[in-house]
Amino acid sequence: MEREDIKSIIESLLFVTDGPLTLQRLGEVVEGVEREEIRATLDELQAELETNRRGVRLVEVSGGYQLRTAKVNAEWVKKLLGGRPARMGRATLETLAIIAYRQPITRAEIEAIRGVDVDGVINTLLDRSLIRPVARKDVPGRPFLYGTTPEFLQLFNLKDLSHLPTLKEMEEITLPEIPGEELPLESVEER
Amino acid sequence: MTTRVQLEIFEGPLDLLLHLIKKNEVSITDIPIAAITEQYLATVEVMESFNLDVAGEFLVMAATLIHIKSRMLLPLTDNEEGEEEGTDPRAELVQRLLEYQRFKDAADQLERREVLARDVFVRSAAPTEEIPPSGFRQVSVFDLLSALKRVIDRLPKDDAHEVTLDKITVREKMTLLLSSLRAGGRMLFEALFSDVKTRMEVVVTFLAMLELVKIRAIRIFQAESSAPIEIEAAAGIDEAPAAIALQDAEEDQHGT
Repeated sequence: MEREDIKSIIESLLFVTDGPLTLQRLGEVVEGVEREEIRATLDELQAELETNRRGVRLVEVSGGYQLRTAKVNAEWVKKLLGGRPARMGRATLETLAIIAYRQPITRAEIEAIRGVDVDGVINTLLDRSLIRPVARKDVPGRPFLYGTTPEFLQLFNLKDLSHLPTLKEMEEITLPEIPGEELPLESVEER
Repeated sequence: MTTRVQLEIFEGPLDLLLHLIKKNEVSITDIPIAAITEQYLATVEVMESFNLDVAGEFLVMAATLIHIKSRMLLPLTDNEEGEEEGTDPRAELVQRLLEYQRFKDAADQLERREVLARDVFVRSAAPTEEIPPSGFRQVSVFDLLSALKRVIDRLPKDDAHEVTLDKITVREKMTLLLSSLRAGGRMLFEALFSDVKTRMEVVVTFLAMLELVKIRAIRIFQAESSAPIEIEAAAGIDEAPAAIALQDAEEDQHGT
């Protein structure tokens, strides 16, 4: 098979698949083609769609490959589809971020970081399948430990959890040596 | 002179503190505690005067701030009980604020990504779709119906037209299901029908299950689309008997 044939086949396969298509699954379908060649073909296809400023782009998301519309066309797609996408509130987003970076984590541990009750938010996230209980923590009450789902990766266009944006390092805390005395403000650097 | 406090929506006490710190252009690591405490209390007061539901967490933080403020006024002796030498009274609060700030930043970063159904779309994208009902993974009505069909198909054919007199009601079946699914319990969908012999009983069992889902006593889920359907006790299971009793009472009133 010529490279262009393989590319054409792969594009068709990607088009009909609902979720992200894994390299392994592609390999099973496109028999007799080396895994490496499929990967190279995917890279080519991705670059082509990009350079030709096509309306669909090939992205690596949640462990697979998926065709998605180009971000520049969002406005038009939204106009066609109508309706408003469910906006994610600040509380939901912050809680989701805590779970994403600290998973597996319990409800109480999340509350300790946010300083507020997170019951409602957790339920929203569970309903939207963005998090799931992954285990129970071996402490009294055996609370659920929560982790993120493949839907979370898909929502935020992430290849896998290692591709989460790096969490800013906690800045070095330089506290005054002698407590009880107000230090001049200008001596302390702002973040 | 009146202090005008601009009221914004704060996620919680930490959020309010960070806002005040930013507004005053001071550093998290060196909070002018007296000034910030004063503004914090003023804001909480405004929230209360607007009859906003000021969560208990805001008041706990107010107490913490006042405590820190008082400790900062005291000259610390070297061997103050329980305290490490030379610890800034603000240290713990600073840690919490920094930690929280990190996740606020992380949330910002997530929001800036190409979000599905907002910035980018997939072929089957339906952003206006209803949020799926609670469950680990949505089980569609079709999944349920085809599972039900498999159960019905397995029934002995001869019984298909038999009229059973000692029929069991949906309510009774709900109570039975509840007792086999006590908190934390879990069972396979098919196991619900393991000792069911008639089509009527299958239907009654199925309806009982749906009723329990409706009152959030149980939830139905699948690990993945081809996995067996499972049923699990949900948050509302403890209230379920009361809910069933209430429904019974209502129906009695309507004479059914």
